[in-house]
Amino acid sequence: MTIGLTHYLVLSAILFSVGLAGVLRRKNLLMLFFATEIMLNAANVAFAAISVHIGDLSGQMFALFIMAVAASEVAVGLGLLILIYKKYGTLNLDNFSIMKG
Amino acid sequence: MENYVYIALFAPLVSSLFAALFAQKPKIQLVGIVTSLLIGIALFASVILFMNIEETGKAVSVTLMDWIVVGDMDTKFGFSVDQVTVVMMTVVTLISTVVHIYSNYYMESDKSFNRFFSYLSAFVFSMMILVMSDNFLGLFIGWEGVGVCSWLLIGFWYEKKDETRDVNPSISPSWAANEAFIMNRIADLGMLVGIFLIYWNLGTFKYTEVFAHIGDLSHTMLIGIGIALFIGAMGKSAQFPLHTWLADAMEGPTPVSALIHAATMVTAGVYLVIRANPLYSQIPEVGYGIAVLGTFVAIFAASMALVNRDLKRVIAYSTLSQLGYMFAAAGLGAYWVALFHLAAHAAFKALLFIGAGNVMHAMHDELDMFKMGGLKKVMGWTFLYMGIGSLALSGIYPFAGFFSKDTILEVAFNEHTYGIWFILWLTAGLTAFYSFRQVFLVFFGDERYHEIGAHPHEAKPYALWAMAPLAVAAVVVGFFKEDFVEFVTKFLPEYEMSEHTEHMVVILTIITTLVALTGIVVAYLKYAKGLKRNLEFEQNNKLYKLLYNQYYIPVIYDRVFAKPYKELSDIAWKEIDMQVVDASVDGIAKFVEKSGDVSRKAQNGNLSSYLNWMAAGLVIIIVIAAIAVAVQ
Repeated sequence: MTIGLTHYLVLSAILFSVGLAGVLRRKNLLMLFFATEIMLNAANVAFAAISVHIGDLSGQMFALFIMAVAASEVAVGLGLLILIYKKYGTLNLDNFSIMKG
Repeated sequence: MENYVYIALFAPLVSSLFAALFAQKPKIQLVGIVTSLLIGIALFASVILFMNIEETGKAVSVTLMDWIVVGDMDTKFGFSVDQVTVVMMTVVTLISTVVHIYSNYYMESDKSFNRFFSYLSAFVFSMMILVMSDNFLGLFIGWEGVGVCSWLLIGFWYEKKDETRDVNPSISPSWAANEAFIMNRIADLGMLVGIFLIYWNLGTFKYTEVFAHIGDLSHTMLIGIGIALFIGAMGKSAQFPLHTWLADAMEGPTPVSALIHAATMVTAGVYLVIRANPLYSQIPEVGYGIAVLGTFVAIFAASMALVNRDLKRVIAYSTLSQLGYMFAAAGLGAYWVALFHLAAHAAFKALLFIGAGNVMHAMHDELDMFKMGGLKKVMGWTFLYMGIGSLALSGIYPFAGFFSKDTILEVAFNEHTYGIWFILWLTAGLTAFYSFRQVFLVFFGDERYHEIGAHPHEAKPYALWAMAPLAVAAVVVGFFKEDFVEFVTKFLPEYEMSEHTEHMVVILTIITTLVALTGIVVAYLKYAKGLKRNLEFEQNNKLYKLLYNQYYIPVIYDRVFAKPYKELSDIAWKEIDMQVVDASVDGIAKFVEKSGDVSRKAQNGNLSSYLNWMAAGLVIIIVIAAIAVAVQ
């Protein structure tokens, strides 16, 4: 059995679902970050696979861009998380509802 | 000459604007002087124009500017001063000047002195537009302008409270002002319809063009136009059934009654009929209707004046009655006779009203003639003036009314409308009676004013001097009848008496004078020696009560029109406006508020639930997109 496009896309879908489930269910902000990273990488897998499949490099370039953006996002996000933790002593989302309408 | 037209027209406007600058300030004597001077300048310009037109016999026309230029419609803001106009202008500015000067005295201690002069001059300006315009549209602007000024001036003392009809038949100044305005609105609808019909059929508003082509229209259309225009005239000239506002308009300051509700504005209806004489001479049946209505109003109003105790109301009814005479003459085709009576009447009626103003001042605003009496001793000059005015009104030789009113009677006789002649003749007797009833009640007999604690005094000399031109006019105008005829018949159709009438003139004059003298003698016998009231008669005699209560017409109008209209408005307000319109608007607002209240709960500040909503939204969008693709 050769590994084809379908396998990659299925993997990508599974990863995305795992990430989405994490975003919906997790209450810890750090875990939310991990979940979003998983979703981003699911997209990357799909990009790279389709890029190879149709023989166009721009998909892979896109994946590289996403990695770069994700890295900078994590850098900023983790910094904020540390500040939040210092201020409130917790990262549980349910404790942060100061924007309640 | 064009410049004099502009001066006559705009001097009153400048005067009004000048006074308006100080409208909110306490009394400034200068305002009264400046406005009087400016109106005097307008009088001067009018007289110059009069002399010029008499010399050249040609109308002076000016075009101020393009006014309405839309599609095929091209109306200029133009003025034309012809023989009829210049007579009206001279009358209006003469009375206005006198009234302006007199108002300096009459309103001297009023807190809104400046405002009064602003309104008064604005009225003169509107009246000048009305008589000078060379087209129906400009006439209509002036027509509405005098209506507004009349409203402002009747309701000048708007702060007075409403009273019941038993205490004050006019209820209050603001009520009377609204009544006058609304009644005129009703009539103006007729006027507008008439003007629309003219434009619709002839495509122009200009008098000269309209009357040049009036013969091309069908007879039915002419009757329609004639009736519609006359309805407008009926409102302004307070003809039955739109007459009730004029007596109530006496709530305004007395100079206003003299200027607007006796001499000038109320004669605008007569002016309209005279102006539209080419139209009305094509439709004699409508003219006859006008004459009959005028005759009816003449005796109808005179009968109400017989018993009224209110000094100003008696003169107001007399004005109504004399307007009836004018319409009778105009309706019978004797246009210059109507115009002559208009001019003569303006002089002596304004004189009477101003005299009444003096009496009112002397009696501290008491108007009940039964509480006056014996004022001749203290108010000799006023007595003289009012005596002249009453003699002129009664039509006694050689005063103005003799010449003008007798001519109207001759016209009625000449047209073989003996019914009209007889009623007008009878009315002449009634007129003499009520005018002298007034004179005797006020100036003769026992001094009943002591009972109400009044200390009568004569008016100031300059006020009395201001009245002098009117008194002179009331005496001498009649002698210029021949010149007047020659002057105006260059523009108006001539009216020739038949030979038969010529023979009868002397007899007619004698019997008319006799009936007038009889009226005076009866009034003398009954009132000159002092007032003997017959209270039982006043309370129980049906006819007396009918006349005293103005044939119950105001009450009937109240019951038939005002009350049902108020109830209808109540229904429209409570049922339709509150239940339907307001409810639906409120409903929309409530829905938005409620839905906001419900959806506010989604804004709980929890990031986790926001993410859930976001994911749900995303799923929904994907599902919709999938369905859309599948459908395609």
